[in-house]
Amino acid sequence: MSAGAKPAKERKSAESARAEKPLPEKISGTDVAMRKELLRSMLLQRRFEEKCAEAYALGKIGGFCHLYIGQEAISTGTMSMLRPDDYVITAYRDHGQALARGISPRAIMAELFGRADGCSHGKGGSMHIFDSATNFLGGHGIVGGHVPVAAGVGFAIKYKDGDQVCVCFFGEAAVNIGAFHEALNMASLWNLPVIFIIENNRYGMGTAISRSTANEDVIVRAKGYRMIGESVDGQDLFAVRDCVGRAIERGRKEKRPTLIELRTYRFMGHSMSDAVAGTYRSREELEENMKRDPILLLHQFMHEHDELSEGELSKIDDDAKAAAQDAWDFADASPEPAPEELWTDVLAESES
Amino acid sequence: MAVMTYREALTSALREELARDDRVFLMGEEVAQYNGAYKVSKGLLDEFGPRRIVDTPITELGFAGVGVGAAMVGLRPVVEFMTWNFALLALDEVVNAAAKMLYMSGGQYKMPMVFRGPNGSALQLGAQHSQAWESWLAHIPGLKVLTPGTPADAKGLLKSAIRDDNPVVFLEGEMLYNTKGEVPEEDYLIRIGKADLKREGEHCTIVTHGKMVLVAMQVADALAKDDISIEVVDLRTIRPMDVEAIAQSVQKTNRAVVLEEGWEICGVGAQVVDFIQRECFDDLDAPVIRVHQEDVPMPYAKNLEKAAKPDAAKTIAAVRKVMYLD
Repeated sequence: MSAGAKPAKERKSAESARAEKPLPEKISGTDVAMRKELLRSMLLQRRFEEKCAEAYALGKIGGFCHLYIGQEAISTGTMSMLRPDDYVITAYRDHGQALARGISPRAIMAELFGRADGCSHGKGGSMHIFDSATNFLGGHGIVGGHVPVAAGVGFAIKYKDGDQVCVCFFGEAAVNIGAFHEALNMASLWNLPVIFIIENNRYGMGTAISRSTANEDVIVRAKGYRMIGESVDGQDLFAVRDCVGRAIERGRKEKRPTLIELRTYRFMGHSMSDAVAGTYRSREELEENMKRDPILLLHQFMHEHDELSEGELSKIDDDAKAAAQDAWDFADASPEPAPEELWTDVLAESES
Repeated sequence: MAVMTYREALTSALREELARDDRVFLMGEEVAQYNGAYKVSKGLLDEFGPRRIVDTPITELGFAGVGVGAAMVGLRPVVEFMTWNFALLALDEVVNAAAKMLYMSGGQYKMPMVFRGPNGSALQLGAQHSQAWESWLAHIPGLKVLTPGTPADAKGLLKSAIRDDNPVVFLEGEMLYNTKGEVPEEDYLIRIGKADLKREGEHCTIVTHGKMVLVAMQVADALAKDDISIEVVDLRTIRPMDVEAIAQSVQKTNRAVVLEEGWEICGVGAQVVDFIQRECFDDLDAPVIRVHQEDVPMPYAKNLEKAAKPDAAKTIAAVRKVMYLD
């Protein structure tokens, strides 16, 4: 061997060198195939919601419409840790979570279009996505109102001696409303298997957390209720999975609730009526945060480890776009609810 | 028939339904160890244990929401409010969650639950503890609103409410708990939405509900001495309201007084009068008159409180007026 020649091991191509770089610990139980699925899940949400914005502009979606773009690592990361028999309840920014939970994009888009084939047959709309097949307990429109409901689901799980958990999503602005505190107190007092997830995107509508919350370190509120609290980077899919995984374990085995803060950022306005930037937040701030796009971060990770070719990425993205378009086409073709549907589902057929 | 108090009738309804169905549980402030603020749940903790009879913190919004969540996933909660005055704090869960869940979800999530507790005024409890809320709650599609006025109705309606697959608001009369009446001993249910003819009469109908049923009966007794024959229609259910029963009676007597505990503006009586003008326009011999609480917060002083409340004397005056006797 000449002095100048490198050992065979060191002569590898740059690509294979990347592939051999040891994976970080936070890989959180995923293999390459699963990471591709997680990327697929996030891209589906992104492309679906881009279509939502388009449909809203055309008047096909009405009312309030809150997009989740920028926060997809939270929905995908959390749902990927849950069992099908676990429960999910959320607030009004619910499309991404519904998609990540596995509800059909067609049924969701048809709901947004107000059509008969929507998951609530057009009676719920963007803020009220429900799906009993996946234990998706809704989209709720009153800030904080669903947090005690999640405690009730936890109560029922325990009552029936089950080992499911209930995950409850809400924004950081909800930590200032009474319902949040009442729910956390009971969940801890009664040892209920509920995972309360604060999606801290730093703005309650147009009000920055610094203008609304005396202590911006919202996770300290867990302490007030003798609850374990964990705060992690919500743009990092693996960190989300690990953190939620620990909470699930705690819920299933110890019947203890957990409060989680996932720090994130929404890339769109609060709803469709406000500017993405320029009023309550600066363009610079938005651009800075968009560098930490959760989809980009996962893609970068996979690219660095040679897990995803450009061709594969294009394929996943094209599939997501096609699914979004298919959902649109389906929704557009779905009929409006029949006029007599106005009067159904007001009351259940009763036992008595 | 056994004679029992309104309170005992409610307790026996709860006991029977708790024994019948493991999905039924009772939750609220002081319902377990304390045996209930008004003793409606007396003995139930001993009989059914802390899994089924659940003491809560003072957190009305919170435990109403817990009831909603439990109902969504298959339990049948009975949520007790110590009084409906405190339930105002919980209205978001009653109105925005329970009442709308079935509709918003396109029929996917039923709400088989009961919100119950004492409603209306008692004696000298002041402005914040003396309010009748049925008109507020009856305004909301998706709810059923019940107001039993007798022990027998209390039992039969509570059992039906617990077996109903919808959110039922069950308004008990705080001053009725100690009243006695005959109650059937066998297992029985009363159909929700069905009024009850508490007394047959010819000259004038009194349409009423809840605590005021007793007042209407006193009025009927008193006027009978003057040969005025009163028919008493007890609505029992405010939503859905038994329009047919009201119309049948008014078409017979051609006169009506509507008696309620709550305030006048947008009250239950306003709705009853609307139904009467629609259904009985050509049958009426006189405009319908309403008797209700005066349009003020409830005062504390005995004399002022008495002046504020609807009572037999005010009702008699109203009947005499619709009969053109005064």
